Amino acid sequence: MKIKLLLFGITRDLLNANQVFIDVLENSSIQNLKKELHLKYPLLENINSYAIAVNENYASADLILQENDVVALIPPVSGG
Amino acid sequence: MSKTSIKVTSEKLNLNECYHFVTADSCGGIAAFVGTVRNDTQKKKVTQLDFSTYKPMAIKEMQKIAKLALEKFNIQKIAIHHAEGMLQIGDIPVIITASAKHRKAAFEACQFAIDRLKETVPIWKKEYFEDGEVWVNAHP
Repeated sequence: MKIKLLLFGITRDLLNANQVFIDVLENSSIQNLKKELHLKYPLLENINSYAIAVNENYASADLILQENDVVALIPPVSGG
Repeated sequence: MSKTSIKVTSEKLNLNECYHFVTADSCGGIAAFVGTVRNDTQKKKVTQLDFSTYKPMAIKEMQKIAKLALEKFNIQKIAIHHAEGMLQIGDIPVIITASAKHRKAAFEACQFAIDRLKETVPIWKKEYFEDGEVWVNAHP
């Protein structure tokens, strides 16, 4: 299935896009998604670390993605 | 009546609004934290800061922090407001106010909220220097 991934902060500049699409197998976890993401966008290794949010909540590595989830890549935050 | 006021806005933040939100007849003290844009970082001159946000999630995370602060400390109300967009030196990116019967809880709640905000709320700042720009915290 195709996952739409929202981009923010430095990842928007790195990939030169506000969002990207990633193909993952059915029942893929966040960990699987990160693997696919790194294969497709090795540039992401230039940042410290990042989290993944699903439906506007931080997601753990073992969370299983569902069709139509709103997924976002959250690079290290720096508000305040 | 709501005990929390959460806002992410491209308008100028208003300390008076955050102050008035937390006032209550039963409170004996109000603490406020106001973040301001500093003119230097690591000895480099900063010209401006650009704050971008994942707004719906930022609001959710700020709401979680406010709720936790209400549970953890003996406070009555809390406001957490954050700005987005381009800010100049001296501008205010964040205001937190908390009211409590006694001062200690109000101080502690403000400190907790700003510390947690910096760790979890999806807001990113880009620092602009005279000779370039950098996303804060993004690189090792």
